Amino acid sequence: MIILLAKPGLDGHDVGVKVLAHALQEAGHQVHYTGLRKSVEFIVQRAMETTPDLICLSILSGSHLLICQRMGQLMAEKGISIPWLVGGNIPESDLVKLESYGATKAFATGTSIHQAVQYIESLAYA
Amino acid sequence: MSQHKAKEGIKKVYLESGLEVKPLYTRQDALAGNPDLDAERPGEYPFTRGIHPLMYRQRPFTMRQYAGFGSPEETNQRFKFLINNGQTGLNVAFDLPTQCGLDSDDPRALGEVGRVGMAIDTLSDFETAFEGIDLESITVSMTINGSALVMMAMFFALAEKRGYDLANLRGTAQNDILKEFIGRGTWIFPVDKSVKVVVDTIEYCAKHVPKYSPVSVCGYHIRESGANPIQEMAYAFCIAKAYTNQALLRGIDIDEFASRLSFNFDIYGNFFEQIAKFRGGRRLWAKIIREQYGAKDDSSCWMRMIAGGGGAGLTKEQPENNIVRTAYYALVSALSGTQTMALCTYDEAYTIPSEQAAQIALRTMQIMIHEMGIGDTVDPLGGSYYVESLTNEFEQAIQAEMARVDGWGGIVEAVASGKVQEAVSKQAYIREKAMQEGKVLKVGQNCFTVDGEKAQTVEFHPYNAAAAQTQIDKLRAVRATRDKQALEQALDHLRNDAEQGRNLMPATISAVKAYATVGEIISILKSVYGEYQEPIFF
Repeated sequence: MIILLAKPGLDGHDVGVKVLAHALQEAGHQVHYTGLRKSVEFIVQRAMETTPDLICLSILSGSHLLICQRMGQLMAEKGISIPWLVGGNIPESDLVKLESYGATKAFATGTSIHQAVQYIESLAYA
Repeated sequence: MSQHKAKEGIKKVYLESGLEVKPLYTRQDALAGNPDLDAERPGEYPFTRGIHPLMYRQRPFTMRQYAGFGSPEETNQRFKFLINNGQTGLNVAFDLPTQCGLDSDDPRALGEVGRVGMAIDTLSDFETAFEGIDLESITVSMTINGSALVMMAMFFALAEKRGYDLANLRGTAQNDILKEFIGRGTWIFPVDKSVKVVVDTIEYCAKHVPKYSPVSVCGYHIRESGANPIQEMAYAFCIAKAYTNQALLRGIDIDEFASRLSFNFDIYGNFFEQIAKFRGGRRLWAKIIREQYGAKDDSSCWMRMIAGGGGAGLTKEQPENNIVRTAYYALVSALSGTQTMALCTYDEAYTIPSEQAAQIALRTMQIMIHEMGIGDTVDPLGGSYYVESLTNEFEQAIQAEMARVDGWGGIVEAVASGKVQEAVSKQAYIREKAMQEGKVLKVGQNCFTVDGEKAQTVEFHPYNAAAAQTQIDKLRAVRATRDKQALEQALDHLRNDAEQGRNLMPATISAVKAYATVGEIISILKSVYGEYQEPIFF
């Protein structure tokens, strides 16, 4: 799979996203990473250029609801149907809302890298 | 023979740093790497046993819990709550827009205002945040980096307005930009310009605010990003040396500023490994400052530190266990001779600490010092065969790692090229894999888990969107009422100083006094210096 990992918003915590990048690469996937502090507009533009099979957003600052709402809107506006996931520091109580914004799946705080990789690979064969 | 067999049957033990632990240590082990062991005294060079002769017997460590959220008004209330509960210093958290140099009404700040710390736009916010707090009796530490120049300017301007003498003003700014490129990520300008701004603050403080600590070099975030304890210390020392070298190039004497450099380190993982890391590191730093830089004053050689937090060691699962972990980290910190202690609260890994959680962390430190006699004697582990032997090993290992960074062309070059970031993120992945494979155990996470766990007993701090709007309204009111001409003059002066390569602090202080916003000041500097382009490494 080609996977775009992205850090939207101002949050500078990138340990998790980089560990995930390593794990996905080791599992044989092609990984693109945006780097820190990218706008949703930048991320969607990058997705249009690189046409990945999947976009993963990592957000730890707590601003995931606003960011994902915008992500869902922009993806719809641009007519892009690439599945996208969101993980980071996310309370269980927000998961349903995030999925209602268009995230294929949202992962709560404490999700292991192993679980995330397993889920991502399940998408490849879906 | 049987003894030999028994030895062979013992599983080898390695620390996270890669050092091997023997099942038993003797006096020979302790002396092997340090023949001067018996002569070492606290308060005497090279300070392995502590920087002061009497340590906590004379003055306990400062208790400085990290706090700040929402508006300056809300933060002021939390500050007062902590002070009323016996906290002896403040440690200010700023929101991400402030840390990244954006105003609260900047479109990029949407949803982030007041979220992970207090929102600051102008000097007016500083006046509110510290209302009723005596800055001469409570020292203030600010966790600020990319925009530290502006926050320090506001702090100094506030102190002047209140009539304090800057010559006696104490406090600390984190202001360690090099580590922001490795972990934490609130960089703004390119690497070399960022270092220039930090050195401006060192130079200004050396001349005008000599008791203020302009930089707290952070191994902490480097370790939180994945570095092992040796890398944590080595990279931090390389960073401190980079600032030192630049300050010396400006003609400032080493003894004029070295004593005001301090450190912020991480504690989690193996108990004795952390203690040895600090003792060995303290000895090495003293030698570096005296032998490489020729410092005459003992205080220049001190590795002063804040230590106690270890967010990466805490778990979301069974969060109450974090209270126990934190108490152990506090013990490590005290046994290592820390100057200041700040503990992560048990809920801090995923939310702004609740008042109750903040109080438990504070009580943890108070119980240790007031009930358990932790401060009764200096360096109680001094002379332990194991601790002394490991201390020696750490001193050597940190030195070797620093030599490796030199081989990369020095830390500034290695940060700019992404080499350090790559090394740290590789280490993070190695650790994650070891945890997944059960080679590193984490109670409640990969062992001793509770079936069907729904142990989410932590309450999330609610985000106050209304407070964010109030902050924006306040910012706009300040913008509308300030003296436009004075502001323009101050900002022109700042731009000119930036273009001419002058020290930025005087013009920044003038600008904040004219109520220039964080965003206005940082935008001007960005237009002169440009912005950092992150090399993508993982």
